[in-house]
Amino acid sequence: MRPVPSGSPGDVVAELCPGGPMLLRGVSAVRDEHGELHEATRPVVAVCMCGRSQRQPWCDGTHKAVRSTRRG
Amino acid sequence: MRCPHPRGPLSTMVRGSLLRHAELDLDAFTRRADAVPRAHVLRDGDVQLALWTLYELHFRGFEDVSADLEWDPLLLGARGVLECLLERDLRRRTVERVQGALDADGPVAERIFDMVAADDGPRLAAYLHREATAAQVVEFLRERTVFHLKESDPQSLVLARLEGRAKTALAELLYDEFGGGRPERLHASMFADSLVGAGLESSYGAYLDEVSGTTLAVNNAMSLFALHRRLRGAAMGHFAAFEATSSVPSRKIAAGIRRVGLPEVVAAYFDEHVEADAVHEQLAVRTICATMVEEAPGLEADVFLGVATCLLLDGLAGGELLERWRASGSSDGPVEQVAS
Ligand code: FES
Ligand SMILES: [Fe+2]
Ligand SMILES: [Fe+2]
Repeated sequence: MRPVPSGSPGDVVAELCPGGPMLLRGVSAVRDEHGELHEATRPVVAVCMCGRSQRQPWCDGTHKAVRSTRRG
Repeated sequence: MRCPHPRGPLSTMVRGSLLRHAELDLDAFTRRADAVPRAHVLRDGDVQLALWTLYELHFRGFEDVSADLEWDPLLLGARGVLECLLERDLRRRTVERVQGALDADGPVAERIFDMVAADDGPRLAAYLHREATAAQVVEFLRERTVFHLKESDPQSLVLARLEGRAKTALAELLYDEFGGGRPERLHASMFADSLVGAGLESSYGAYLDEVSGTTLAVNNAMSLFALHRRLRGAAMGHFAAFEATSSVPSRKIAAGIRRVGLPEVVAAYFDEHVEADAVHEQLAVRTICATMVEEAPGLEADVFLGVATCLLLDGLAGGELLERWRASGSSDGPVEQVAS
């Protein structure tokens, strides 16, 4: 998925954070790979892109552990 | 909340003036403040309480203090004297971290995340997760009342001073902190619910008399940065580090709360912060701080000052609690060796 430039109201804007989650603005829910729907309860949500979050589909900050191992 | 009980000469003079017992003698106040040993400023309960009390006039105020005193020139003078002490000490103690970040290569956002990752402060969250007793968890909640019951209030003052992308991102972040339109989801209210669940008093300032000078300093640094437009970079750097050190610790603290058998509602505040702050850290670090520096490169050092201040004070406050618990012998084994 690529970042979508912000456009007219109602457009969903996705923002990819290097080494971290994908921020989504204005979505009502995210469907996970098992087809389960997770309601978005805040104006901006962070979807886990590293696969390590214990709160899928949401980012829980665990990607930072990956980051610090990678950086030594 | 009533005007707090003094802890020494400076807070006595502030209290006397607020309750209109005596006009503040600014020269005497300044002499007293100058006599505080530099090394003590951050943990000096008298200095920090005097400053906290003066700052509070701009937030909730006190039922026994006239609201007119918020802009009293003598009190503002006294506030300035203490702010000078605090700012000088924070700059002095963070100079290495700030210089390290300024000298490092790479985007500002990555350098902020690197500062946070390099911090090897005391493992308070790990201790709460695996070892703390129920009484210690409750004590931890009591210390936190000083800033979680006014969560994000200082930072909201910065909104009017930002523009464009950084302003939009701060507004988004604050909207979430302030409940996203649902009063029961106000983070400060969720923390109040946690307190009640843990059998504590949830009214603002209820534990003020027993929290440490260092805990007050954590809150004072936020107010110092937020109340001065000059320090807006530091305010947002501090906020960014605060958010970036929250998700993972919140998960551990929530698990610790469940381990000691406190009610679910106590953990709810921390559960909320696992997910919320995973969003907030990205907004604060990348969208707010990085944009501010891009637009005004002169703010770079202050953004790093804010980050380093948050890490420094968090470390001091956490270390103090662990030290207190170890000294009281209520835990088995050395506290600092807890694995994360
Ligand atoms: S992207 Fe943050 S935990 Fe996976
Ligand atoms: Fe919050
Ligand atoms: Fe937050």
